[in-house]
Amino acid sequence: MKTFTYERVNTPVEAAAAAARTPGAKFLAGGTNLLDLMKLEIEAPPHIIDIGKIGLDKIESTPAGGLLIGALVNNTDLAAHSIVRRDYGLLSRALLAGASGQLRNKATTAGNLLQRTRCPYFYDTNQLCNKRVPGSGCAAIAGFSRQLGIIGTSNACIATYPGDMAVAMRALDATVETVNAKGAKRALSLDRFYRLPGQTPHLETILEKNELITAVLLPPPVGGVHIYHKVRDRASYAFALVSVAAIIQKNGSGRVAVGGIAPRPWRVEGAESLLPSGAKAFAAQLLTGARPTKENEYKLALVERTVAAVLNEANH
Amino acid sequence: MDESNESTITRREMIAATTTAVTALAFSGMTGVQATSIQHTVPLSLAQVSFTVNGRAQSLNMDTRTTLLDALREHLQFTGTKKGCDHGQCGACTVLVNGRRINSCLSLALQHQGDTITTIEGLGTPDKLHPMQAAFVKHDGYQCGYCTPGQICSAVAVLNEIKAGIPSHVSASLLEKPVATNMELRERMSGNICRCGAYSNIAEAMSEVAQKQA
Ligand SMILES: Cc1cc2nc3c(=O)[nH]c(=O)nc-3n(C[C@H](O)[C@H](O)[C@H](O)COP(=O)(O)OP(=O)(O)OC[C@H]3O[C@@H](n4cnc5c(N)ncnc54)[C@H](O)[C@@H]3O)c2cc1C
Ligand code: SF4
Repeated sequence: MKTFTYERVNTPVEAAAAAARTPGAKFLAGGTNLLDLMKLEIEAPPHIIDIGKIGLDKIESTPAGGLLIGALVNNTDLAAHSIVRRDYGLLSRALLAGASGQLRNKATTAGNLLQRTRCPYFYDTNQLCNKRVPGSGCAAIAGFSRQLGIIGTSNACIATYPGDMAVAMRALDATVETVNAKGAKRALSLDRFYRLPGQTPHLETILEKNELITAVLLPPPVGGVHIYHKVRDRASYAFALVSVAAIIQKNGSGRVAVGGIAPRPWRVEGAESLLPSGAKAFAAQLLTGARPTKENEYKLALVERTVAAVLNEANH
Repeated sequence: MDESNESTITRREMIAATTTAVTALAFSGMTGVQATSIQHTVPLSLAQVSFTVNGRAQSLNMDTRTTLLDALREHLQFTGTKKGCDHGQCGACTVLVNGRRINSCLSLALQHQGDTITTIEGLGTPDKLHPMQAAFVKHDGYQCGYCTPGQICSAVAVLNEIKAGIPSHVSASLLEKPVATNMELRERMSGNICRCGAYSNIAEAMSEVAQKQA
């Protein structure tokens, strides 16, 4: 790990201001992704701003009937919160399907949103990777791409967004709230929060430099059956090959976001009117424009079948 | 092995001393000018942290990069906690922080200002085993023993999590209180890998403790 200087801050604006003072500085929340990457020197911030004790660790109902989740709420507490379990079961299920008990105790809401890809070539610093070293090339496209993306990718990067929580949040129409060093706030809807790679796969979100995530806002609950179905190589403690986050209503309408296939949680609102016609029609529309590799074209069928399983479960 | 004897050199110190000697030899082959110009180009960054480990207050001044795991093992000699993968994947480094289990390898020691940390050494002693330690012995919940401190810390926390009503991936309902079934225990322990494959015995040890607590 490269050396770094370290500071603790007490408020969100202080955190953003500290980041503005030191170019290349990084916020440290739980640390479960950042430290992992720092050990491999994939990330090498010269300065660490520890935001672990700035508050933002509450879950509060909003006057409009929604739920405001503080950026520092840990994944265990979020999954176990009584309102989340009752009204946003999809979110509990997605969190509980991710990582391990130890990691969920430490991982935070904001850190989880910003976790970086698990592309094996991104992790192997001997390999070419445009995300790790912009402009260097992509070893994955002609390499082992079984786990990688089939849609939304580019000829510069085919990595996926690896997380579970954000897939559920996308189906729940979540908004990410932020603050900058001047105290200015922004609300970024999750559907445009993650960028597609294009020629700049190292730019992953629309957050500005030094912008701190303060919370995630969920709109009022929409009812329905909540299902998070994660398909992976082991029954537990593995990243998704494909995951389906679904809210299905009695009349067959619903919302579906898919994880494990794209650089961001993949949801196409325009395809959802096809849900009552079944998984095949819906998946065909959802995956229009997919460009899988030979090694990961199995994901096309896997998405359709996982959606079919979810629709089937929702009807029982 | 008596690790408290200050006059004996541990294997680790032995390796460190050897490395220094080899480095010195390599440098002495260089010209004087080069040899004197070799120094740390990046200054070490030090910082202070205070926390409680197994009931005793500790205050450390150390390299900012030190993980909680390395602080426990290398600075405080609580070597019960083990380093396996050092990337949060195996669970050998599991300790309890303010009563909750975490991977101590993926946490900077500096993140734990004011925290209360319990390692395997703080759970029980050879004369007075923690019930979970006793159950692991009774049920052969290990073979080589390397993952065991992490397994036991995790197991203790798992039963507390179930008691606190925290659901898991295999809980059929999010709204009912979870029960310590074999499936629940296995799912909740999936962050602790055992390469000897003692999993079924670990689950049995945990079941016994869960039943006694109920
Ligand atoms: C072995 C292993 C298995 C895993 N399995 C899964 C899995 O199956 N599913 C899954 O979804 N995840 C999985 N994870 C990833 C895990 O969910 C993330 O590591 C975790 O959520 C990151 O949260 P953190 O608080 O520790 O983030 P950190 O490591 O502290 O931060 C991550 C990034 O977010 C930035 N950041 C943090 N907080 C803020 C903020 N408030 N504002 C702006 N930037 C911020 C940091 O600067 C950093 O760049 C796994 C991780 C490991 C190590
Ligand atoms: S797919 Fe993306 S992350 Fe993976 S090697 Fe290519 S550029 Fe890097």
